[in-house]
Amino acid sequence: MIRRVFIVNAALVATLIMGVACGQQVPINAAGATFPYPMYSKWFDEYHKKFPQIPINYASIGSGGGIAQVTAGTVDFGASDGPMTDMQMKQFQDKRGSAILHFPTVLGADVPTYNIPGVATALNFTPEALAGIFLGKITKWDDPELTKANPGVKLPSSNIVVVHRSDGSGTTYVWVDYLCKVSKAWEIKVGRGTSVNWPVGLGGKGNEGVSGSIQQTANSIGYVELIYAVQNKMTYGKVKNASGEFIQASLASVTAAAAGIPMPDDFRISITNAPGKGVYPISSFTWLLIPSKIADPTKKKAIKDFLAWMLADGQKMTEALSYAPLPRAVVAKEVKAIDKIQ
Amino acid sequence: MLSLRRKTVNAVMLSLTGVCTVLAVGTLLFILGYLFLHGGTSLTLDFFTKLPKPVGEPGGGMANALLGSAKLLLLASCIGVPIGFLGGVYLAEFGGSSFSFVVRYTTDLLNGVPSIVIGIFAYTLIVLPQGHFSTLAGGLALGVMMIPIAIRSSEDFLRAVPVSLREGAMALGASKAKTILTVVIPAAKAGLLTGIMLNLARVAGETAPLIFTAFGNRYWSPGWEQPTAALPVMIYTYAISPYPDWKQQAWSAGFVLLMLVLAINVFARMILSKGGHAAR
Amino acid sequence: MAASSTTNFSARPSGRASTFWQRLRSGDDIAYVVTLTCALTILAITALLVFELYKNSAVPRHQFGWSFLVTTTWDPVAGQFGALPFIYGTVVTSALALLMAIPLGVGAAIFLAELAPMRISNALTFLIELLAAVPSVIFGLLGIFVLVPALVSIEPAIRSVLGWTPLFSGPFYGVSIFSAGVVLTVMIIPFIISISREVILAVPAEQRDGALALGATKWETTWNVVIPFAKKGIMGSIFLALARSLGETMAVTMVIGNEPKIHQSLFAPGYSIAAVIANEFAEATGDLYLGALIELGLVLFGLTIIINGLARVLVLTTTKKGAI
Repeated sequence: MIRRVFIVNAALVATLIMGVACGQQVPINAAGATFPYPMYSKWFDEYHKKFPQIPINYASIGSGGGIAQVTAGTVDFGASDGPMTDMQMKQFQDKRGSAILHFPTVLGADVPTYNIPGVATALNFTPEALAGIFLGKITKWDDPELTKANPGVKLPSSNIVVVHRSDGSGTTYVWVDYLCKVSKAWEIKVGRGTSVNWPVGLGGKGNEGVSGSIQQTANSIGYVELIYAVQNKMTYGKVKNASGEFIQASLASVTAAAAGIPMPDDFRISITNAPGKGVYPISSFTWLLIPSKIADPTKKKAIKDFLAWMLADGQKMTEALSYAPLPRAVVAKEVKAIDKIQ
Repeated sequence: MLSLRRKTVNAVMLSLTGVCTVLAVGTLLFILGYLFLHGGTSLTLDFFTKLPKPVGEPGGGMANALLGSAKLLLLASCIGVPIGFLGGVYLAEFGGSSFSFVVRYTTDLLNGVPSIVIGIFAYTLIVLPQGHFSTLAGGLALGVMMIPIAIRSSEDFLRAVPVSLREGAMALGASKAKTILTVVIPAAKAGLLTGIMLNLARVAGETAPLIFTAFGNRYWSPGWEQPTAALPVMIYTYAISPYPDWKQQAWSAGFVLLMLVLAINVFARMILSKGGHAAR
Repeated sequence: MAASSTTNFSARPSGRASTFWQRLRSGDDIAYVVTLTCALTILAITALLVFELYKNSAVPRHQFGWSFLVTTTWDPVAGQFGALPFIYGTVVTSALALLMAIPLGVGAAIFLAELAPMRISNALTFLIELLAAVPSVIFGLLGIFVLVPALVSIEPAIRSVLGWTPLFSGPFYGVSIFSAGVVLTVMIIPFIISISREVILAVPAEQRDGALALGATKWETTWNVVIPFAKKGIMGSIFLALARSLGETMAVTMVIGNEPKIHQSLFAPGYSIAAVIANEFAEATGDLYLGALIELGLVLFGLTIIINGLARVLVLTTTKKGAI
C-alpha cells in the first residue's frame, strides 16, 4: 500500500517535472486518415486557442498507419476512414491490454466524376451502371444502361476509360464497399479493401492523380472525394439510392445517409447504400480511434474534453470546409460514450 | 591538314553537345521558372515567421517547418557526410582490393533502396523502441540516405586528382595521411562540395522517409525528442489537399525549399573560398 | 576479409620499412583505420536493412516461395501477391530513363566543361544542382499537369516516326511507362551533369594539350582523351542516377498509370516496385499484405544487385572496345 502511494507520488512528480520542461504543455500526438486532416487541423488549432496548454498534433499518415501506430503505442490516439476489424481490435487488446473505442467525427462521400466532350450536365448513374463500368462489362458511353437513365443527354459511342485511385485509401474503400453492396458480381470478383485488384482502368495517385487523368483523357470516368470535387469545381454525377431516387451528393444528403441507419454501440458501421429518402448512397463516417484506458491523467482529461468540445462547437465548423456534420442522434450517443474512456 | 570529314565530325559533335545542353538546361530552367511563378510570386513575410493556419484563414506560414527542415538537414549531414566522406577516402586512397569492390557495390545498392523503405527502417530501429516519433529518427533516416551519394561522389572527386600531385607530395617525404590531408583533399575541394550540395539537395526534398519518423507537427518542436514539421512533408500534405489556398502554399513552400538549399549552397561556397583555395 | 585487408596494408607505399609505431605517428594507420571503419559502416547498415526486410517479409515468403517473383496477380483482397508486373515496370522505366539521360547528361556535361565560358557554365551547373532539391511530389504534380498534356500533344509525332514498332502501339492515355521514363530522365539528369562536368574539369590540362598539339580536333581530344580519362567518374554518376531512378516513388506513381499488368507497348500503363510500396504501405493491414510489400522492397534490392552487376559488365566490355 505504502509502496503504491509512493509510486503514484513519484509518477505525479515526474509528470510535473516533465510538464515544466515542456513549458507546462501536454503535447498530444495523433495520426491517421488523410481525408479529415484539414478538418482536424482546424479543430485542434481552435481548441489550442481555447486551451493553450494542450497542443494536439495530428499527422496525416493514412488510415492504415493510424491503426498501426495507435496499436504500437507511438501516438496517443489514431484516426481512420474505415472501422477497425475484429482482428485489429483483438490485436490492440492483446498489445495494449485495453479496448479501443471508435468516435465518428464527420462524414464524407465519393462522387463519380467524368470527362465526356460535349456533356456538361450532371449525369444519372444507376448502381448497375457504375458496377458495370468498373467491372469492364459496360464499355461504351451509349450503353443502354446509361442512356436509359439519362434521357435527353446525347452520349457518344466512345470507349469508356476508367480511372481509379492507386494508393490505398478510405476513398477507395467506400467506393468498392458500395459496389459490393449493389453488385454480387463485384463482391465475388473484386471484394472490399483500401486497395483492390481492379478489373479495368488506370490508377491515379491521390485525388489529384485521378482528377488530372480524367481532365486529360476524353471519355473517362473516375471517383473522387466530394470535398475535392466541390473545392475544385468538378462536374459530378447523381447516383440512384436505395429508394430509387437520383441524388447528387451534398452535405445534407450525406448527413441524411447517417441519420437513417440504426447506430450500434461501438459506432462501427458502414452507411453505403443506406435506406431512406434523400440519402446519397456512397457516404461514410470517419472515426477517431481512442484507447479506452489512458494512463496519463492530464492527457485523458484533455482528450475527453476535446471530444466533448468537438461534438458541440466543433460540429458547427464542418460546413465551412465542406465536410458533412454528424446527425444529432449520433452526437447524443457519442457524448454518452465519452465516459467509457478511463 | 585536317580532312573535311574530321572537321565536319568535330563541328557536328560539338554542336550536338550544345543541343544536349539546351535541352537539359532548358527543361530544368522551365521547372525552376514554373516553381517561381506559382510559388515565389505569392510569398509573404508571414510564411517565414508564422505557424501554419487552418484552411480558409489567411496569413499562416511554415516557420516551424523551415526550422524543422534545417534541424533535420543538420542532423542528417552530421551522420551522412563524415561517414560517407571518410568511406570515400578509403575507397579512393586505400582501396583497390576486392573489399573495395564490395563496399562500392553495397553503396550503389543502398542508394537504390526506395526512400520509403529507409523510413520504415528508421522507424523499426528508433521509433518503435523509443515509443515515440522524433526529430532524431527523421535525421537518422535522412543521414542514412546521404551516405551513398557522399561516398560515391567523394571517391569520384578524390580519384580525379592527378597522380602526379600525390607523387610530388610523397617525394617530398610526406606520409600518405599527410598527402591526403594537405594535397589531395584541397585539390578536390570544389568537387567534394558539389557532391555534398547535391546530396543535401536530394534529401532536403524527401518526404517518404520522414512520414514515419519525423512525423510532422503543426507547432514548434523544441529539442530533438519530439515530432517535428519538415517542409517536404508540409508540401506533400498541402499539395494533396482539396483546398486551393493550401495548394498555393504548397507551391510557395516548394519554392522556399529550393531557396533554402540555394542559401546553404552559397554559404558553403563562401566559407570554402575564404579558406584560401579558389573554389569554383 | 582479413586477407583483403592485409593486401591493402602491403599495397600501401609507406608500409614496408617503417615499424608500426612510426606508421601510427605519421597518421597513416589512423587514417586507414578510421576510413575503413566508415566503409564498414556502410556494409553494416546495408546488412541490417536487408535483415529487417528479410525478417518482416517472412509470412509471404513462406506462403508464396519463389512464385512471388513470377506471378502477375496483385490482389490484396484475396491475399494473392505476385511481383512480376512491378519488376517489369521498374526495369523498363529505369532503362528508358538512362537511355535518354546518359547522352543528354554527358553531352551537356562535355559542353559545360569544355566549350562554355566558365562563368556561364558555373551558373548553369549551380541551377542544375538546385533541381535535385525539388521534392518529388512537385515533379509528380508537374508530371501529371504539364508533362502528360505535352506528351499527349506530341504523341502523333512520336507515333509517325516510331509507330511501326510494337513498342509504340495501342492507345495512349498520357499516363504510361513512357511518361514515367521521361519524368525519371528529368529527375536524374542533374546527377549526371553536375558530377560528370566536375570530373571532366578535373582532367589535367596537359592531357588535352598533348592531343591538340598532335593535331587532334577539339572533339577528337574530348572523345579520345578527356572522356576515357574521366570515365570512372562519369560511370559513378550514372550509377548514382540509376539507383535514384530505381527507387523513385512519388513522381513515377503520378504518371505511370499504376496498372499491375505487363504490356508490350511503352505507351501502355504499368507499375513500379517503389511506386506500389509508397502507394499501399500506409493503408496496408495484416501480416501477409504488409509482408508482401516489404518483400517487394527485398525484391527491389535483389533487382538492384542484378542490374548493377549487369551495368558493370557492360561497362567492362565497352571499355575494352571503345577505348580507342
